[in-house]
Amino acid sequence: MDTEIIGVIAMFSITLLLAIPLGKYIAKVYAGERTLLDPVFNPLERLFFKVSGINSKNEMTWKQHLVALLTINLLWFLLSMLVLMNMSWLPLNPDGNPSQSADLAFNTTISFLVNCNLQHYSGETGISYLGQLWLMFLQFVTAGVGMAAAVVIFKAFKEKSTTQLGNFYVFFVKSCTRILLPLSLIVALVLVFEGTPMTFEGKDTITNLQGDTVHVSTGPVAAFVPIKHVGTNGGGFFGANGSHPLENPSFFTNMTEMVAQFIIPMAMIFAFGFFIKRRRFGWMVFGVMTVGFLLLAIPNIIMEMNGNPEIAKMGIDNSLGAMEGKEVRIGAAASGFWSIVTTVISTGSINSMHDSSMPLSGMNELLAMMINAFYGGVGAGILNFFIFIILAVFISGLMVGRTPEFMGKKIEAREMKIAMIIALFHPFLILVGTALATAFPSVGTSAISNPEFHGFSQMLYEYTSSAANNGSGFEGLGDNTPFWNISTGIILLLGRFLPIIGPVAIAGLLAEKKFIPESSGTLKTDTSTFGLVIFVVIAIVAALSFFPALALGPIAEYFSLY
Amino acid sequence: MKNHILPAIKLTAVLIVLLVVVYPLMVWGMAQFTSGSGKGQTIEVNGKKYYSNIGQTFNDDKYFWSRPSAVDYNAAGSGGSNKAPSNVEHLQLVQARIDTFLVHNPDVKKSEISVDLVTASGSGLDPHISVQAANVQVKRIAKIRGIAEGNLQQLIVSNTEKPFMGLFGPERINVLKLNIALDNLK
Repeated sequence: MDTEIIGVIAMFSITLLLAIPLGKYIAKVYAGERTLLDPVFNPLERLFFKVSGINSKNEMTWKQHLVALLTINLLWFLLSMLVLMNMSWLPLNPDGNPSQSADLAFNTTISFLVNCNLQHYSGETGISYLGQLWLMFLQFVTAGVGMAAAVVIFKAFKEKSTTQLGNFYVFFVKSCTRILLPLSLIVALVLVFEGTPMTFEGKDTITNLQGDTVHVSTGPVAAFVPIKHVGTNGGGFFGANGSHPLENPSFFTNMTEMVAQFIIPMAMIFAFGFFIKRRRFGWMVFGVMTVGFLLLAIPNIIMEMNGNPEIAKMGIDNSLGAMEGKEVRIGAAASGFWSIVTTVISTGSINSMHDSSMPLSGMNELLAMMINAFYGGVGAGILNFFIFIILAVFISGLMVGRTPEFMGKKIEAREMKIAMIIALFHPFLILVGTALATAFPSVGTSAISNPEFHGFSQMLYEYTSSAANNGSGFEGLGDNTPFWNISTGIILLLGRFLPIIGPVAIAGLLAEKKFIPESSGTLKTDTSTFGLVIFVVIAIVAALSFFPALALGPIAEYFSLY
Repeated sequence: MKNHILPAIKLTAVLIVLLVVVYPLMVWGMAQFTSGSGKGQTIEVNGKKYYSNIGQTFNDDKYFWSRPSAVDYNAAGSGGSNKAPSNVEHLQLVQARIDTFLVHNPDVKKSEISVDLVTASGSGLDPHISVQAANVQVKRIAKIRGIAEGNLQQLIVSNTEKPFMGLFGPERINVLKLNIALDNLK
């Protein structure tokens, strides 16, 4: 078999094999059970809590969780604006890069704060090493926040009837120290030995073999890239992101970075099953997500390997596939695969330029973000999927004429209202954003760099990526303007915090309710039938609301090519 | 909210120490054990230093050409063309690259030109070309350098990097290493 295909299958299988034990480990960490790393982290965390004046035994209600979460995020926002707008004169700026303008700093701050990493600057010229290290800090802590929010849901369904859902700071700190940091160190080890730089010396100047002088940007790349993937952040150290040969020097690093970004989203599903002691439920969720994922990924691999029909018509050897925007060491298959993994799990790092993807590959990338619940980002994926579960429970309940119940809790009007608002808000943000940009061509449409249908796709992609907190882009879009910086910045904020607040609120409300023991009349939620219902709900709610927009962009482009 | 502000500030401070100071130092420490000491992998030839992972412009007829680059191999400003597959301007550019290639390589059939030689990479710094992209340039280089084609084919074979562990990913050739070896052939 083709070594490119074997490479892709290996990446998926290795992730799955590692995700199951990691899921068990994550469940233990949040349950406070003994784990291997206790001797290192128990004293360290005790010290952290002591210094910070946090009582780790103090349990919180779902509202207190949200207040703690939002307060610390507000603090990071202020700090971040301070760093990004002043970095030109702050230390660690060997390349003499400028500070960011207020609107760019706003966009960068928000986008890293919400675990999105949409970048309207280029890493080589738009930020200092101090800025990069600060963004790296945000990559750690925002992933930790997402996981902490997901654990509130874990907790809510573990206990029979409670208002006490654990301590936000404990979940958050443990996520950073015991999960994100060790995984990042392992990835960093691979990267430094494969040639990713880790230096503070700034640009180098060399003369190449043909005699031209070239400047080479380096930096503390090997520390930045691991957490960018492990935390499903996705922001590149360099402008070219994961396609840059220093961020991703070989197929081995490509496999490592793929597993690194894919593993926690997968492991969190298993962790949920282990944590609430319903493994079958975990496998049902995994099944639905995997079917959805494969339906998007396999066509992309095939389309990218088949290449551009317009180039094939020119009569050259097109056997490598669609190589515009792709790297030879990675190849078309692994690029197509990555383009879907990074969009379903909201990493947004890229190893090929999505703008140059084949039209329907681009559509699948968009759909992955529009659905935003197949695996999903670190923590956030479970939260999004949870909304679809609630909708599916409600619809199934109505179909069979029973009170909708989930895990022994009645789903009532209040929970349904929240779930509907969250489910509809995502398409609302994307479509209204795109419509606004189209309606005001002087500030919106003027940014596109490809003509016709694909130009529309560029704008649609930018807002989809923002609302889904993904961070990849059809990067030809000239998006460093006040209009794009501010409009995407606002959508990023709403697209992050509402999908955290909504599911946490629902979980908190359900947790308070009386527990109804399972009987023969209970709707079983761990069966494949229920899985199918969830899948249909996702298809109807998420996919259909976007179909008209997709028809104007990638689908129209497809028919213009074939 | 008020009673969360101070803990948030203090917790942020200690996490900065762990994640922004200790963690990068650990990675930096690991990098000191690698071949380039964390400054990137380099090759030294005749006292001159090259980054082996960073592609270079090779458009001289006596060298194996590298891939087109949207940023002219500017290693301080990476990026791709971001041109859509349907973009007419892009397709014209690809056609022009094919025509240029045929002018410089008159002995080559059009159907032998590999697509990576006429499309720009994502980073603009792709250090590699495919094996077929190297083979298609053999006739031109053999003529200019006066080297037997068989020797050049030998050179390509010995510079071909196999898939990772022989199993995963594509075969490829590092253009810089190939051209350095080519210069040493005489």
